Amino acid sequence: MTETASHGQAPRHIRDRLQGPGARLLKSWELLLFAVAVAIFVANSFASPYFLNAWNLSDATFNFTEKAMIAFAMALLIISGEIDLSVASIIALCSTAMGAAVQYGAGTPEIVLIGLATGLACGAFNAVLVTKMGLPSIVVTIGTMSLFRGISYIVLGDGAYRGYPAEFAYFGQGYVFWVISFEFVLFALLAVLYYVLLHRTNFGRMVYAIGNNATAASFSGIRVARVKFILFLLTGLMSGVAAICLTSRLGSTRPSIAFGWELEVVTMVVLGGVSILGGSGSIPGVVIAAFVMGLVTFGLGLLNVPGIVMSIFIGLLLIGVIALPRLWAMWRR
Amino acid sequence: MKIFLKSREAILSLAILALLVLIASRFPAFVEPGNLARVFTDTSPLILLALGQTVVILTRCIDLSVAANLALTGMVCAMLNAAYPGVPVAVILVLALAMGAVMGMINGLMVWKLNIPPIVVTLGTMTIYRGIIFVISGGAWVNAHEMSHAFTGFPRAELLGLPVLAWIAIFVTGLFFLGIARTPLGRAFYAVGGNPHAAVYTGIDVGKTQFMAFTLSGMLAGLTGYLWVARYSVAYVDIAGGFELEVVAACVIGGISIAGGAGTILGTLLGALFLGIVKNALPVVDISPFWQLAISGTAIIVAVAFNSRSARSKGRIILKRAEGHA
Repeated sequence: MTETASHGQAPRHIRDRLQGPGARLLKSWELLLFAVAVAIFVANSFASPYFLNAWNLSDATFNFTEKAMIAFAMALLIISGEIDLSVASIIALCSTAMGAAVQYGAGTPEIVLIGLATGLACGAFNAVLVTKMGLPSIVVTIGTMSLFRGISYIVLGDGAYRGYPAEFAYFGQGYVFWVISFEFVLFALLAVLYYVLLHRTNFGRMVYAIGNNATAASFSGIRVARVKFILFLLTGLMSGVAAICLTSRLGSTRPSIAFGWELEVVTMVVLGGVSILGGSGSIPGVVIAAFVMGLVTFGLGLLNVPGIVMSIFIGLLLIGVIALPRLWAMWRR
Repeated sequence: MKIFLKSREAILSLAILALLVLIASRFPAFVEPGNLARVFTDTSPLILLALGQTVVILTRCIDLSVAANLALTGMVCAMLNAAYPGVPVAVILVLALAMGAVMGMINGLMVWKLNIPPIVVTLGTMTIYRGIIFVISGGAWVNAHEMSHAFTGFPRAELLGLPVLAWIAIFVTGLFFLGIARTPLGRAFYAVGGNPHAAVYTGIDVGKTQFMAFTLSGMLAGLTGYLWVARYSVAYVDIAGGFELEVVAACVIGGISIAGGAGTILGTLLGALFLGIVKNALPVVDISPFWQLAISGTAIIVAVAFNSRSARSKGRIILKRAEGHA
């Protein structure tokens, strides 16, 4: 029983494909999660008469679309065996940069460009520290988490940036068609994009290979550092995209913007079935996890449950989804 | 001697000394013994939590729930005192230690028995513990006038010129200093972090050792919870919000390797003092307190870059020595 200590050291069990695709789907994490999502949906519709309303449901999507955009990139990063805890602080810095640009009279295209560029720059900073200097990503990004938000605090103090141009509001408040918001469309597009990237390209296979065994991956000709560099860039870029949506939706920037989001993003990724130790996980899982978290927070919100109590549920969900299968396995043994 | 001069502790001591000289050159009042004692007292909660975090990180884990644990224990102590002012401080101290230990054990059990990665466990319990404070308090504050004098007076009571809070930090530091070097459990922390497989073969239960580390960390967080609430005479949901990162920062700056198995108690103490001095010096040298977050972030990054370098050169030194003896 002392074998419990050997995290990831034991030879990894390579699953054979004796089961048909149907049997595998039935046992899959994604299906279990989907069942949970449906159950929450049904429970919500019984619990509150306001739940089954197109506009309310559309509002509910804002609970998760911005976080999910980051979660897609974060999923790839975690699968590759790294983590980025600075994403919420990158949002703060991007938002601050965009707000500062507005004060100098920048128009919407410039604001968007500055937001994306700041996100990329932050991602690159993390990437250099982790891949070029060989530092552990968890500590580096705890440091940059303080640093990036710290810069926002230095710039803004207890003040705020406002006065974003009217057309900038479209990213966070606009609707493409009826109740379908721009953010939701962007979320769906990014989901497809990341699905293709992770599950249908060489790059995606490299990410899995690195997460399972970085040394073996490097010996089979994968440029591990370069792939990780790109993943940190992507995470930074996605934080920039999320910053644009969030800033546009709120219409103002404070240094405390998106505080604590890194935890929700990581929760979303882990809930989606991505192993925190790297090497496994899928984009559909993350998408369903995003819906589960959005539905839980929205449903509890309709029942007048305060935000901090919802965080208990998120915490329980995070631990529960990992602990329950393990408890089940222990009980069956 | 040469090795000592190259050590993290020596460099950090010099950095702290340089920092103090720099501040003293413009504001001599800052380095007066009375003020230094105040700075030390103000840093005591950070020292206490960083000591607990040190043993957790030594065993290759991380405990992000310490600040939430501190806040929850503090709130329970404050509410107990507000409802029953007659309960003696000794009972509250025992309660704080026990409550903190139980919360630490919950983390430890999930890491030990269920094999869940510590970062996931403590991210989860961090939000849960913080949420429970809101549930039990209803979001209300416990203010100074609701607390008894004995309750708020204890950490501030002076003993030989220093408040009890500072003495507790000194006492616990001494305890850890001896315990980690002189007890089987202390050595087990290093063994588990240094090489878990080798630890198993020497008869050390890796999971149980990690469990003990989490229990210690939780216990200190609980104790600090009471001291914190009593010292500031207020308890509310968000006390010590984000403090867990400062605690990890103190350890990393002190040279505790996040990969486990390397670092010293003295290093942690110096790391915490470094952060404490920076924090207390900022208002004195007239830099906006908004700079503090960015400064501690930079300090973490510099320290971790430093850690990896010192780890590399260390390996080389050992090899040279072995060659010399052969």
